[in-house]
Amino acid sequence: MALVEIRDVHKIFQRDTERIEVFTGLTLDVAEGSFTALMGPSGSGKSTLLNLLAGLDRPTSGIVRVAGSEVSAMTAAQLAPWRARHVGFVFQQLNLLPVLTAFQNVELPLLLTRLSKREREERVRIALGVVGLEDRMRHYPRQLSGGQEQRVAIARAIVGDPTLVLLDEPTGQLDAKSSREVLALLARLNSEFKKTIMIVTHDPHAAEQATTVLHLEKGTLIEKEAVAR
Amino acid sequence: MKIPLIYNARSVLQRPVSTAFTALGIALVVAVFIGMLALGNGLRAALARTGSDGNVLVLRRGADSELASGIARDAVSILAASPHVATGPDGRPLVSPEVYVLVPLPRPGDSSAVANVVARGVSDQAWNVRANVQVIAGKRPRSGRSEVCVGQKLIGRFDHLGVGETLRFAGRDWTVVCHFSAGGSAFESEIWGENEQFMPVFRGQVFQSVTFRLRDPAAFDEAKRTLESDQRLTVNAHRESTFYAEQVGILGVMLRVLAFGITGIMAVGAIFGAVNTMYAAVSSRTPEIAVLLTLGFHPRSVLASFLVESALIAAVGGVLGALLALPINGIVTSTTNWSSFSEIAFSFRVTPGLLASGVAFAIVMGVVGGFFPARRAAKLPVIQALRA
Amino acid sequence: MKYLPLVLANLGRHKIRTVLTIASVTLALFLFASLRTVVTTLHANAQFGSARRLVTLNATGLVFVLPMAYANKIRALPGVESVSWANWFGGHYGDTKQFFAQFAVDAESYLAMYPEISLPEDQKQAFLHERTAAIIGKRLVDRYGWQVGQNVTLQGTIFPGDWTFTIRGVYTPTAPQIGDDVLLFHHEYLDERLGHAGIAGWFIVQIRDPGAAAAIAKAIDDQFRNSSAATKTGTEQAFQAGFATMLGNVSLLMGTIGTAVVFAILLVTANAMMMSARERTGEVAVMKTIGFSDRTLFGLVISEAGVIAGAGALLGLGAAKAFYRAINFNGFGFLPGFDITTGTLVMGGGIALLLMLASGLVPAARAARLPIVQALRRVE
Repeated sequence: MALVEIRDVHKIFQRDTERIEVFTGLTLDVAEGSFTALMGPSGSGKSTLLNLLAGLDRPTSGIVRVAGSEVSAMTAAQLAPWRARHVGFVFQQLNLLPVLTAFQNVELPLLLTRLSKREREERVRIALGVVGLEDRMRHYPRQLSGGQEQRVAIARAIVGDPTLVLLDEPTGQLDAKSSREVLALLARLNSEFKKTIMIVTHDPHAAEQATTVLHLEKGTLIEKEAVAR
Repeated sequence: MKIPLIYNARSVLQRPVSTAFTALGIALVVAVFIGMLALGNGLRAALARTGSDGNVLVLRRGADSELASGIARDAVSILAASPHVATGPDGRPLVSPEVYVLVPLPRPGDSSAVANVVARGVSDQAWNVRANVQVIAGKRPRSGRSEVCVGQKLIGRFDHLGVGETLRFAGRDWTVVCHFSAGGSAFESEIWGENEQFMPVFRGQVFQSVTFRLRDPAAFDEAKRTLESDQRLTVNAHRESTFYAEQVGILGVMLRVLAFGITGIMAVGAIFGAVNTMYAAVSSRTPEIAVLLTLGFHPRSVLASFLVESALIAAVGGVLGALLALPINGIVTSTTNWSSFSEIAFSFRVTPGLLASGVAFAIVMGVVGGFFPARRAAKLPVIQALRA
Repeated sequence: MKYLPLVLANLGRHKIRTVLTIASVTLALFLFASLRTVVTTLHANAQFGSARRLVTLNATGLVFVLPMAYANKIRALPGVESVSWANWFGGHYGDTKQFFAQFAVDAESYLAMYPEISLPEDQKQAFLHERTAAIIGKRLVDRYGWQVGQNVTLQGTIFPGDWTFTIRGVYTPTAPQIGDDVLLFHHEYLDERLGHAGIAGWFIVQIRDPGAAAAIAKAIDDQFRNSSAATKTGTEQAFQAGFATMLGNVSLLMGTIGTAVVFAILLVTANAMMMSARERTGEVAVMKTIGFSDRTLFGLVISEAGVIAGAGALLGLGAAKAFYRAINFNGFGFLPGFDITTGTLVMGGGIALLLMLASGLVPAARAARLPIVQALRRVE
């Protein structure tokens, strides 16, 4: 059984009088421990797919199953705690709360658990250590570079040991050097820590780090490359 | 170069709720401001209009109110014969010796609560000496009868005051035969009867005061000197208008302190609200401000623009507050004149001047509140702003 | 609470705004407490009065006197323990505009009847044994610097002339409704100067059994119904209550202003909360993505409003309580015993709660209902 099972998913957006069909019968498996890069032109539905996986959005029809749970059938009230437990999400920008330090930002998902203050602190340190920013934990986002902010966001995404780590154009706003750092980190998370990662990206370098590359065009999978590493 | 007002007007409309809240907060402060000062104005007006500049009120020496005073009959004769006293068209001196007492009247609906109402025993000359007194219903009390005339401010506030009704006080029944008005003055809170009728019932053979019209209104000081140095009398002469105006005394001070104190504190709160709103406005319009500065508008113009905007919002609030306060004009209320221990009824008095000061006050609040945010806008580091 | 740092951090986003809003709440609640206490003080003063003391006035009115001879007749009635009398003097001190009350009393019986007027025994004896002596309340010592042993001259108004008294004692009221700014002197001195004894302003009648108050009052009034001066007797409390209504409809005035104040502050707080909420839609979306439930986010926003309202309430109510105590405020003499009651504090707390809900509800609901995907689209 694949970690993620997408079966015959249709997604239709109603924008005013326009009806936009993003997916028409998409079927896809994502294996555990894979590092998938989702590529394609704008409007092809990459972000929408990510949202469906995270339970942020619901398919018009079809089933989305993650780690055996039918995410597409859960209520909003059920999805919140499910997300907290199973999903780590990183956006292109504005991930971090500017009023919190790096430490506090990474701690956020753990506030939803029953862990004690000391246990939370321990995990945050570990997560920040993995992304190499433990020495910056008392800094505010405005004191960090773009690349450092994204790495803190990744730390936050993994601190709860989620089933899936989803990233939507994480290097879109970064310069070349920072992009490479972030992607190298993701590759390490996948190879060393066995995290299942799915990343939406335009960046061909990202594709190089991935184990699987999916091309989406107009809501359909065009190509599926299994990249040997 | 001046930044057009249209920019401010449109920007204000972009955040309608925030603007409305700020304006409303200021409106409430202005309303309370106007209301409280109207209360004090009303009290002061009632007392000020009570006396006339051309009349003299004579009390026993040392007495600070009619209540505390006592003047014997022979003293009254001496006073009436004074050359300073004007004579009426019938040749009689315009002098009125008066009995002044307080009678407890029960408040309607609550018999345990009483109000001390002034009962003034007057001579028939009183109606002439006091030019602003007029009978508005019924006929003046006849000599020798247990009849009284009731001031119009008392009507409706106590029972048994209708013309023809019987009012009981001092152990006797009195027939109400008329109502009178007195130019909105304190006399309108009084019950008038014949002094000879009141005297035996109340205080024995003394009057409390003598009021007369000056033959020459400019000669008050001379009249005062003459009367006070007369060995046969032990009296103080007061100009009637000044005497009553001063009776506002401690109550007037209290109301003023209260008015400024309360609205002062409220104003600070409202100003804080305005500050918040303007800071948020500056913050959300940072790119626009940067553009304006880049275009060449002077920082001073930006400062002025935001100040004007703040003042405008406040002015709207001020007008609203004035409208809110307006309906209280004329509402009759009562309190105790502590100088005479008597109940005095008066109306709230909202004047155009008061309304104008309310709006001006609002604008001041707006300018004060908008100052620091406006300064921040003017000092915006342009390059940073453009990058944001 | 583990979410507290998050709530506080959000409030720290715009420190000026948070401080100003809390300050506004502080001012409003200070004002509210002050206004309400005027009403509660007047009310408490209206309630004051021993159940065992009756007051007998001239039925014609407060300003009329009663014959001294009545005292013996009243004393003879069954159930009456003792009788005392007093007269309002109404003098001036110098040309000061500050007003304070002076009473001529039948000293020995009066002090025995009013244990609330407490002074050291030696001072009391000194006062009782000297006809031109007077005792004063503590506040007069502070106000005029008068000392025990000093001579004080007053100008009489009702009783003309200069009246000199020697201060022999300073009393402290054990009940705040007995003002601490009164001067008491001997009725005998008044009688002597006037040349005729025989008039009292009012009588105070101490009775054995409070339950018999109504009956004894009636007995007294019946006794004098057909005399030269009919009387009206009632409990001391009824007498006090009558004064309470004299200022006018104070509670309506204070209530109206109080409502305006609370409303104004509500607008300021709601405005601040709204502005904060508007700036944070993106962050709310991110938090939901992490897995924070709608309910939790609702609670966080409401808590923010709560911190502002709570801090303001604590500061405002606390400051009011401390301030009036510190300056020993008694409203120019009209409001003795002015002190913020527990009831007022509780009401203030209630207002803070109302403030929290009214200003926080809409932003909190908005945050809870924020559709994540649409909000995220705005983020990116």
